[in-house]
Amino acid sequence: MIAALRALIRYRALVQSLVSRELKARYRGSVLGFLWSFVNPLLLLLTYTLVFTVILPNRQPDIQPFFLFLFCGILPWTWFQASLGESSGVIITSGNLIKKVLFPAEVLPTVAVLANLAHFLLGLPILLAFLAVKGRLAWTALLLPLPILVQLVLSLGLALLLSALTVHFRDIQSILTHVLHLWFFATPVIYSYAAMPEGSLLRRALRLNPMTHVIVTYQQMLFHGNVDHWRGLFLALLVGVVAFAAGAFLFDRLRDTLAEEV
Amino acid sequence: MTAPAIVAHDVTKVYRRHAHRHQFRTLKSALLTGSVLSDLRPEETFTALDGVSFEVPRGATFGVVGENGSGKSTLLKLVAGITRPTRGLLSVEGRISALIELGAGFHPEISGRENVVINGVMLGLTRREVERRFDEIVDFAELREFVDAPVKTYSSGMYMRLGFAVAIHVDPDVLLIDEVLAVGDEAFTRKCLDKIAEFRRRGKTILFVTHSLGLVEKMCDDALWLRHGKAAFRGDPKRVVDTYLTYVATGEEAQLRSRAGLAETSEAPRPDGVGGEPSPGSGYRRGRWGSREVEIRAVRLLDGRGRERHVFVSGETVTLVLSVHAARPVTDFVFGVGLFAADGTSVYGTNTEIEGFSPRRLEGDAEVRLTLDGLSLVEGTYLVDLAAHRRDGTPYDYLRGLHSLRVKSRIRDFGLYRPAHRWSFAGGAGITPPEPRGELEIGDDHDA
Repeated sequence: MIAALRALIRYRALVQSLVSRELKARYRGSVLGFLWSFVNPLLLLLTYTLVFTVILPNRQPDIQPFFLFLFCGILPWTWFQASLGESSGVIITSGNLIKKVLFPAEVLPTVAVLANLAHFLLGLPILLAFLAVKGRLAWTALLLPLPILVQLVLSLGLALLLSALTVHFRDIQSILTHVLHLWFFATPVIYSYAAMPEGSLLRRALRLNPMTHVIVTYQQMLFHGNVDHWRGLFLALLVGVVAFAAGAFLFDRLRDTLAEEV
Repeated sequence: MTAPAIVAHDVTKVYRRHAHRHQFRTLKSALLTGSVLSDLRPEETFTALDGVSFEVPRGATFGVVGENGSGKSTLLKLVAGITRPTRGLLSVEGRISALIELGAGFHPEISGRENVVINGVMLGLTRREVERRFDEIVDFAELREFVDAPVKTYSSGMYMRLGFAVAIHVDPDVLLIDEVLAVGDEAFTRKCLDKIAEFRRRGKTILFVTHSLGLVEKMCDDALWLRHGKAAFRGDPKRVVDTYLTYVATGEEAQLRSRAGLAETSEAPRPDGVGGEPSPGSGYRRGRWGSREVEIRAVRLLDGRGRERHVFVSGETVTLVLSVHAARPVTDFVFGVGLFAADGTSVYGTNTEIEGFSPRRLEGDAEVRLTLDGLSLVEGTYLVDLAAHRRDGTPYDYLRGLHSLRVKSRIRDFGLYRPAHRWSFAGGAGITPPEPRGELEIGDDHDA
């Protein structure tokens, strides 16, 4: 794992160039261009707000105004989901690089995660602005780097794992869409974790999901303005470190097979 | 002597034959042993390279020739570190740049400028190093005015030129080249060759995989012929090329023989990768075409004593013998012969029409001989075009570059043609004439 980290640091110039290329290339040719990084989360928010305030109104008192609560969870979730979704196919789509150039393959999933982190960070000011307008911006927002770091470690680990495995089992890409969909609903993004009865089966099940703790921490720091979910976040960090170690190990083991199987 | 730049010892590469079967088994073995192969039965694998050993000294240019599928590209990928040998040892000293696929990793949506930077970083430069070499790269690629356009708007030639320019400016210690000189027009190909020659002068190590045998002879210090994944012959490039050409010619003759009488077949161009294929970009393409109303059924090259040979000493008499056949009588026919250097440059061409022969009638089997008295060419491999066609040029049977001959010489002069000449000195020129040397003798066999 240390070796994997060191490799990523060694390739930081490459990672940096590729991330900035990813950001530049994504919206190249579109009318709004770079503005899409801001428009995207807004449109997503609009959809969900429409669903949960008009069609299926959510009236849980502790999470009103609901659209703001939703925003706090959906922004980091989008980062997570896009990271995994993109990294699972990234080695296959960049097969040319792996096969024809001496190219450190682990850079590819890393770039997928980091490029989406950049999108997340670009969306964050919009969220903060909304919070400020609603008078909800609290000092706890300064603690945001902590859940971001935890989520980064977790995402990187899973991205390494998925990207290497997908080369051997292309099925993963198809399954993953559905797994991420389910995972979304199994994470308290569109409902409140705190409102679940203490000790209920559902709540205990949700506790097993590391993303629950990450998202709840975001919601506490941004929406509620007080943080007490430290134990959960620490747990998520442990899961993240284990995932990273496993991902790095597996990736290393499969590394030599990647160029041949792609 | 310093340590060699590339050492390959008993290098073997085994691939799995069926992709996407036994996924769980191969994944399990990959996880346990780092290789997908250990649980596969022999019939599920394919040995692309089989116990190949060689060393390339620092500063040497090493050529690898062989037919398609002989393992050349696999070897190159192994040396580049893209894949690892299944067995054996392979070590390379210094920074490697592999010209395997030019512009791999270019992103179509972003500009040439940004792609140059990213590609350079991918190939191991720092951002600052790329920026310092940026102008040089763009000038080399001759893309100054397009550098800010997205790469997707480039023609394939521009794309390749940019790819070549970046890869060559990485300033590697070891340069790997895989048949990538088809990067543009003749002028650019020449520029690439000049750049490669500059690398040689600066003492860089080059590993060169190509079908262009002329280049191997011209540029390499040492060569290897791979046949079915095994090292078939290794040594002096000229000898390697000769041996390889003889092997190919034998196979070609067998093919031509098997084709005789089947006039309607073999219309398709021959697979590339055999014989003295000229360097690409020259517009010279090997092949055979025509209506076959007159068919060239066999071609022989004879020396002054009427023996069939493929290798001649410069200045020897060479006779080309064409066995032709016209199934139905024709009255409009011309026989032509062309001689080309390995890079596609025309050395000489003539036909019976140009020289004023008037066709009367051709029917059944016939033999056409062209005797070249004293073929004074410099050393090298030459391709032969043979044709039977109408006076208006409509081909009956056109064999382009399917036959070749080697010319050997004691003197390492250059160019194409050696005029009869002598040196004389007068006045204050103190100069010792060369030792008289015996004539080169070439026996009945093809190899010298």
